[in-house]
Amino acid sequence: MIEIENVRKSFGPLEVLKGINLTVSKGEVLTVIGGSGSGKSTLLTCINGLEPIDSGRIKVDGTEVHAKGTNLNKLREKIGIVFQQWNAFPHLTVQENVMLAQVKVLKRSKAEAAAEAEKQLKHVGLGDKLSVYPGRLSGGQQQRMAIARALAMSPNYMLFDEVTSALDPQLVGEVLDTLRMLASEGMTMICVTHEMKFAREVSDRVAFFHKGVMAEIAPPEELFGAPKDPELQKFLAATH
Amino acid sequence: MFNTGLTSNDLWLLAQGAGMTLLVTAIAVSLGTILGIIFGVLRYQLGPWWALPLTFVLDVFRSIPLLIQLILANAFVNMILVPTLKIGKVSGFTVACGVLAMYTAAYCSEIVRGGIEAVPANLRRASRSLGMSWGQDMWNIVMPLATRVALPSWIGLALGVMKDSALVYIVQVPELLKNTQILITRLQEPLLLLMICGLFYFLISFPIARFGGYLEKRWSND
Repeated sequence: MIEIENVRKSFGPLEVLKGINLTVSKGEVLTVIGGSGSGKSTLLTCINGLEPIDSGRIKVDGTEVHAKGTNLNKLREKIGIVFQQWNAFPHLTVQENVMLAQVKVLKRSKAEAAAEAEKQLKHVGLGDKLSVYPGRLSGGQQQRMAIARALAMSPNYMLFDEVTSALDPQLVGEVLDTLRMLASEGMTMICVTHEMKFAREVSDRVAFFHKGVMAEIAPPEELFGAPKDPELQKFLAATH
Repeated sequence: MFNTGLTSNDLWLLAQGAGMTLLVTAIAVSLGTILGIIFGVLRYQLGPWWALPLTFVLDVFRSIPLLIQLILANAFVNMILVPTLKIGKVSGFTVACGVLAMYTAAYCSEIVRGGIEAVPANLRRASRSLGMSWGQDMWNIVMPLATRVALPSWIGLALGVMKDSALVYIVQVPELLKNTQILITRLQEPLLLLMICGLFYFLISFPIARFGGYLEKRWSND
C-alpha cells in the first residue's frame, strides 16, 4: 500500500504539491491526469524518494520514504518507475540493460538474471531484440525495454511517468498495450498520462491534479461521466 | 650515403633516450590519469564552489609553463624538502615524473569532469531508481559512458605529455631530445639527427593514436 499524507513540495518559490492526500492499495490501477505543471510527475519522483519533500509523509508498505534511516536503494527495489524520456543504457545490449540492476542490486547470478531478462523482454514483445544495442530500437521499443527492466526487479509497484508523451503517435499503441497487459495481471500501478481513453479503460480510479492540488478523484465512469470540479470540466472539454 | 660518423652506438643512445621518454610518459600519464579521475570526480561531486581550492591548485599546474615548474619543483625538493626531512637526494627522474603527473592530472581532471557532465541526467536517474547505489551508478553507467566521451581528449593529452616530456632534460633526465642534442653537438649534423629523433617520436605516438582510434570504433556499438 502507498500512503501519501499531506505532502508539500516546492521548487524555489513555486509550490508544486500543495498538501496531497492519497492512498493506493494493492492491485489498484490509479491514473493521474492534469495539465502540465500540475505536480503529477513530481508526485511520482517523490514516491520513490528521487525528490525530497518539504512536509507530510509518504509510506510504502509501511516504510516512510523520506525518514532519515530509510534505505532508499532497498526501497526502490520494490518500486519500478518508467520515465517519459527514454533512458536505455546505450553501452549495454537490450538484455544487459535488463540484467544489470538484477545482478548489482538483487545479487542474482548472471545466468538467473539473463533468464529473467529474456522472460520479461519476451513478455513485452522484445524477445527477438536481446543482443541488439538500444540505439537500434524505436522509441516505443525503448520504452517497452524500460518497462521490462523495471519488471525484472520484481517490484510490488510500478510508476509510469507520461511514458507515451515522447513517442510518435503510431508507437503509442504498443506501449499502452503493454500497460494494459500489466494492469490485467494485477500489478499495482500509478500512471501519469495524457491518454484519456487509456485512463478511462484501465483505471480503478482516476485523479485529476490542478496547480499542485488533487482536485478530484473518482472511478473513471464517474470522473469522466460527471466531473464535478470546474477546472476538470474545462480540462476535459479542452482535451476532447 | 651519409658520411657523418654516426655509429651504431649513437643510434643506441637515441633508442635509450626514446626508452626514457616512454618511461617518464608512462609513469606520468598513469599516475596523472588516476589522480585526474579522483580530482575530476571530486570537482563534479563538490560543485563549483566547494571545489574552488582544488580547481585553483590545478589551474596553477595548468597555467605555469612546464619548464618553470620543473626548475622550481627541482629546487624546492632538493633545497628545502631534502634538508628539512633529512632524506637522501631526490633524483631528477623522480621530480620529472612528479611534475609531469600533476600537469597531466590538472588537464585530466577537466576531461573527466566534462565526461561525467556529458552523461545524461535521466540515465543516472534511471539507474538510481532501479535501486543502484551512487557507486554502482558511477562504476557501471557513468564511467563507461564518460570514458567514451573523454577518450579522444585523453589520447590527445597523453600524446601531448609525451612530447612535453622533452622538457625534463632541464632536470638532467637523459631522454630522447637531450640525447639527440648531445649527438648534434658532437656530429654537427642537426638535420639528420632531428629527423631520426622525430622518427622515434612518431614510432612511439603512432600506435597510441591508432589504439585510440580502434577503441573509439569498437565502442561505437554500431
